[in-house]
Amino acid sequence: MVSGQCYTMAFCFFILKSDYRKHVGAAFYLFKKGDFSMLKYVVKRILLAIVTIWAVGTLTFFLMNMVPGGPFLSEKAISPQATAALEAKYGLDKPLLQRYFTYITDALKGDFGDSLKQRGRTVMSIIKMKFPVSARVGGISVLVALCLGIPLGCIAALKRGKFLDSLISVLSTCGIAVPSFVVCTLLMYTLGVNLKLLPTMGLTSWKHYIMPVIALAFYPTAYIMRLMRSSMLDVLGQDYMRTAKAKGVAGFWILFKHAMRNAILPVVTYVGPMLAYTVTGSFVVEKIFVIPGLGGEFIGAIGGRDYTLIMGTTIFLATLIIIMNVIVDIVYKLVDPRINLK
Amino acid sequence: MKKRVLALLLTATMILGLTACGGKDTPAADGGADSSQTTTESGTENEDAASTETADGEKILSVQVGPDPETIDPALNSAVDGGNMLLHSFECLLAVDEDGQLIPGQAESWEVSEDGLTWTFHLRDGLKWSDSSDLTAKDFEYSWKRVCDPMVAAPYAETVLGMVEGFSEAITGDLDALQVVAADDKTLVVTLANPCSYFGSLAAFATLSPVQQATVEANGDAWATAAETYISNGPFYISEWVPGSHILMSKNPNYWNADAIKLDGIKWHLIEDDNACLSAYQTGEVMMIKSVPAEEIPSLRENSDFYVDPIIGTYYLSLNTQRAPFDDARVRKALSLAIDRDYVANTLMQGTYSPAYNFMGPGWVDTDGSQFIDNANGGQAYISEDYEANLEEAKQLLADAGYPDGEGFPSIVYSTNDQAYHKVVAEYLQEAWAQLGVDCSVDIVEWASFTPMRRNGDYDSSRNGWVGDYSDPSNMLDLLYSTNGNNDGKFNNAEYDAAMELSRTTLDAAERSQALHTAEDILMEEAGCVPVAYYNDFWLQSDKITGSWHSPYGYWYFMYADIAE
Repeated sequence: MVSGQCYTMAFCFFILKSDYRKHVGAAFYLFKKGDFSMLKYVVKRILLAIVTIWAVGTLTFFLMNMVPGGPFLSEKAISPQATAALEAKYGLDKPLLQRYFTYITDALKGDFGDSLKQRGRTVMSIIKMKFPVSARVGGISVLVALCLGIPLGCIAALKRGKFLDSLISVLSTCGIAVPSFVVCTLLMYTLGVNLKLLPTMGLTSWKHYIMPVIALAFYPTAYIMRLMRSSMLDVLGQDYMRTAKAKGVAGFWILFKHAMRNAILPVVTYVGPMLAYTVTGSFVVEKIFVIPGLGGEFIGAIGGRDYTLIMGTTIFLATLIIIMNVIVDIVYKLVDPRINLK
Repeated sequence: MKKRVLALLLTATMILGLTACGGKDTPAADGGADSSQTTTESGTENEDAASTETADGEKILSVQVGPDPETIDPALNSAVDGGNMLLHSFECLLAVDEDGQLIPGQAESWEVSEDGLTWTFHLRDGLKWSDSSDLTAKDFEYSWKRVCDPMVAAPYAETVLGMVEGFSEAITGDLDALQVVAADDKTLVVTLANPCSYFGSLAAFATLSPVQQATVEANGDAWATAAETYISNGPFYISEWVPGSHILMSKNPNYWNADAIKLDGIKWHLIEDDNACLSAYQTGEVMMIKSVPAEEIPSLRENSDFYVDPIIGTYYLSLNTQRAPFDDARVRKALSLAIDRDYVANTLMQGTYSPAYNFMGPGWVDTDGSQFIDNANGGQAYISEDYEANLEEAKQLLADAGYPDGEGFPSIVYSTNDQAYHKVVAEYLQEAWAQLGVDCSVDIVEWASFTPMRRNGDYDSSRNGWVGDYSDPSNMLDLLYSTNGNNDGKFNNAEYDAAMELSRTTLDAAERSQALHTAEDILMEEAGCVPVAYYNDFWLQSDKITGSWHSPYGYWYFMYADIAE
């Protein structure tokens, strides 16, 4: 099932990325044509997004139903009558195609159904309850990653080959190579259990945020550092930088106005989808720090064959990624007016 | 230039927007609970959770017995962790004391007619719900009928009410056919279709807890998902519930025995990860944890706060009796005898299980109240503890079956899901059976696919296990009855079925006991399944907790507990 979700996500990315490359590539050569280009573009992307979400939903629906098992299984077999009653209650006794069309029509009306495992809760109520928690921790983490990653990447580029650059490179390699559960465990062991500086579970005070935020921000910070460093190096070698220097623009302003603004484009590209992933929660971090977020629901739903919740969380994540990508494109256009959105 | 500034601003707002919307929405999600019932808790809620006793001197016990329960609707629950919640928030007609004996609960007395078919329960005076409204026998009638409702689809309906007159009509929707009648506000009369000597245990089973009709009807299934609608009748009520984080129970002042309750509340931390549990225990945030990481057990075993206690359950193997060569009892027995149970339980499973030489382990209660295991096979274990002798016998049996030294024995597959010790045991079985010349490969199957595969009989040999719901031996022996839904090995033995049927119909306690023992004799002789180890619960509990106990059903009783200074 995990692979099933992976396929659909990959599909979703394929559509986005392929489209992406096309227009980003072309964008560098094309110039602004008219004032309506942006509006036209947004409308086009929204239409494409609807098709993508439909495709993701459809694929997920049929893939998850192909996997053996079902939501009403447990080690202790429940009686055939009880199983039949449950299936009738949730409409699982109907043919697959009929269920598919029912699901689509309900979803269009905004009804994503009841969770099959968490009896009495609707899929929307679960997302509404858990997403804000993940979004808060994830949002803070992304801010931290940006605030640390961008300056550190710049510094590394400016001090290229020096000790500071090497140090930052080592740090970013660690950040990318060390998986989050190791970071979580190390943090918890040192700061939580040994030094007893920070609480190890829950989210009841600002102190509770420190460890999960570090753990979540670790990888993106390292990645942003790298991106920033390499694109900064690229920009620093450009002719206009030399021109600016020759004209006597003060050091800081060269960096801030000329170099950083141009170097930040790859970071913007990365931040969109990363933000979507981070705010929907991390299974590992949430599990270890006992955070009641959405991350665990993705995995739990699949393991428990909670069909409606699988659909709900997948569509939710896909939608979020698509929205982020559209926003990123718009930001792109604003950062670099040469880019033409088509 | 302005556009670029705008762009950066937009990036910032996009992030802040998400963070802010998180901040805005959460109070509604987190704090939905404290709107109605709790004015006292709102003060403690924001406190650091690190102390077990809150600032305003309330005595709150912090424990962990499992992750988020899937449901805590009494009718729908089928899990032990949900059961622990029900045990503390609800009370059935009867209850079980520290020694496993039935005691009065909401009913102060009960009697059984001579033919064993009519059970009459007399409720206590002045019973109330946690919202102060009156609780009557009518509430029990409603709740028990609700368990049969096909629209509720309660998994345990047949287990707990299957013997009540009118059950078969009720389960198809005619609820009033169920012979559970409130004769007056304080008397509940239940008529059974056939005698059931352990019906008292069922009357103490959490599925048959009373639920409040008005609340359930007003909120549907959702009544059991929020603190404010979760009206209960037990020693505690839920005052705050943050799914994925904790359930806070507060002392129920309306409980008839409230004077005996010393705690002001119990905070159930819903932690899933074992290591997170251990950290929380070590930092003192939680005083008792059920989920102890297996790799830490060797270092914890000597500690006085580490407990191991049996529960009624057996880890066993199912051999698919419909497939050759498992259709031959000699083969099944040989495979069983080749297992060194002491090694499996004490070395591989680090003593968290106990070796099983019978199918029915400690904790099952015989009809006269004694331990079932003490009377089994004349007080002797079915499988000898002498492993070397067992192995010789196994080789002999396999030769008798036509496979001397495993020659001509087809290669077999052992299927299991990958959790806890299952994989280690699978690897051991490969080794153990290789000693008989049997070639076995291991197939690891994902949990949700594993159960239907096993149930459909689509396997050679597989891991299996059962933890009892109530201590009557029929609860586990029924598993091997030919048509039982959990008879994964498809064991089909007429004598066994006859013995089980006799145990169901007879009114004579001695005859019933005899029938149950006969069934186990046949099962072990025929090796209808292969018991490997008995389940234990193992946990860490601070010495400061007094007055709590653990039952062989896998429940912790914290309602009468106290925290020593």
